[in-house]
Amino acid sequence: MTANPISEDGSLSGSRLERLLRAGHFAVTAELGPPQSTDAGVIRAKASLLRGACDAVNITDNQTAIVRMSSIGAGTIVLAEGLEPVIQMTCRDRNRLAIQADLLGAYALGMRNLLCLTGDHQQFGNHPTAKNVFDIDSVQLVQMVTAMRDDRVFQCGEAFDGPEPRFFVGAAAAPFGGPVEYRPYRLAKKAAAGVNFVQTQLIYDVPAFGRYMAKVRELGLHERVFILAGVGPLKSPGMARYMAKNVPGLLVPDELIDRMTEAGAAWAGKPAEELTPQDKKARAAAWKAEGIRICVELIGRIREIEGVAGVHIMAIEWEEAVRPIAEGAGLLPRPTLEEAAAS
Amino acid sequence: MITAERKPLEEVKDLIGEARNVLVMGCGTCVTVCFAGGSREAAELVVSLRMATRLAGAPREITETTVQRQCEWEYLDEARADVEQADVIVSLACGIGVQAIAERFPDARVVPGVNTTFLGMPTEHGIWEERCAACGECILGITAGICPIARCAKSLLNGPCGGSEAGHCEVSPDTPCAWQLIHDRLQRLGVLDVLMQPQPPKNWKSSRDGGPRRIVRDDLRLAGEQE
Repeated sequence: MTANPISEDGSLSGSRLERLLRAGHFAVTAELGPPQSTDAGVIRAKASLLRGACDAVNITDNQTAIVRMSSIGAGTIVLAEGLEPVIQMTCRDRNRLAIQADLLGAYALGMRNLLCLTGDHQQFGNHPTAKNVFDIDSVQLVQMVTAMRDDRVFQCGEAFDGPEPRFFVGAAAAPFGGPVEYRPYRLAKKAAAGVNFVQTQLIYDVPAFGRYMAKVRELGLHERVFILAGVGPLKSPGMARYMAKNVPGLLVPDELIDRMTEAGAAWAGKPAEELTPQDKKARAAAWKAEGIRICVELIGRIREIEGVAGVHIMAIEWEEAVRPIAEGAGLLPRPTLEEAAAS
Repeated sequence: MITAERKPLEEVKDLIGEARNVLVMGCGTCVTVCFAGGSREAAELVVSLRMATRLAGAPREITETTVQRQCEWEYLDEARADVEQADVIVSLACGIGVQAIAERFPDARVVPGVNTTFLGMPTEHGIWEERCAACGECILGITAGICPIARCAKSLLNGPCGGSEAGHCEVSPDTPCAWQLIHDRLQRLGVLDVLMQPQPPKNWKSSRDGGPRRIVRDDLRLAGEQE
């Protein structure tokens, strides 16, 4: 028997993120990285920085292949703190049995949003000698969880009784990964697999993203999938240069690197030993302020692109930046569900 | 071919331990072609071990032989006399050869002299690359003759992932992105639409995940051996 795909509120999952998106609100999601320990206090502190500044918060799953508290474990704490988590699930560390089992548990614990990822290769993390799994990939993961939700079947095809996990199913999109001309079609593949929303890799080159979105619109994908553009504040010119050079699928225009460099111009040209700790602190603050300014401007420009349903703010280990960015971009206060229902 | 790399001399010395009679056994097939364990490498290892033995001052007899294929009984049997005299055999064959010796000669002590690396081919002089993962269910027919199981760092069936940039894999700039290669070749062949449909999860049962594998071909078996 096929389960009813839409609940009374018009959503698949009942999640706040989904309901706001379906009501046509420009959504804001953020990211929370769990600690490399059992410290729930870290999560609560980060949650308080993000509460009210976004609609839902991604809880990363051993991001960059470094062991951290599990996404579902940390998500439970986030939920108790009054925020809505987006559980991230990678294919690197679990096979199809473990993924399905963990997702049944996550749903029972109250998680409603899920982001399906392939996962960074373990060689980048702190256990490079580990065996990876990759039993299924992100596209197949999307297929698996949508079939669990819509057809109440496990991946093996076996039907199950009892309530099904009704997730709002997301995935990642890398508009500038190689081969660039295939990327809109890979999104089409994820749409065909049943994905409901995607969050993109960090966007700094708005015209290039605009070209990607033009193709996405041509394929009609923006009408089938909610597309949240990934944005993030630059912290320093060094970080900007590093990302431009070393992170696959990331375009950082020279103009932005120059702006970051310019922001620290007052301290430029001095040898490091001549800079006092106060100098360094002031320079870091100037860089960060410029990084936030740039991010706010990027959101403004990205919002103009037809088919963009929201932004995903990735402030890596800098959760303090999310509120000023959302505020600066005119995205606060976030709408309530009552407002969503009324609109 | 099966490719292999020579183990460091120190490791081979440790594996030999105190053995007095050492037989270095090369293999004349795959490891010969990839310059890891043929008669030439066997001779080189003997020279190195003899030198090390002289430096250590311990008396030791080191001999060598190379058979055509260590993975077949009939070739191994040719070396029976040498094997029976040895305290330890350093096999320079792939892991199959080492195990074949252990199976054929239950009393022999055999150690590997190479690390078996992958199923691949030479792409330049001195460079070998992996091509096949022996997964037991070949999908090359839908991937333009390029294997993502062996050549994508994540064995993706719906690649490329976000780690593909400028044609190479996130794992190393020396590793071409298998999905970029597949994409380009499908495009060249005019069948890019193959990439539009999600590929379902792979049945890994025919791979190592189903346990050690076995092939039975009744048409080739001798009448007396039929089960």
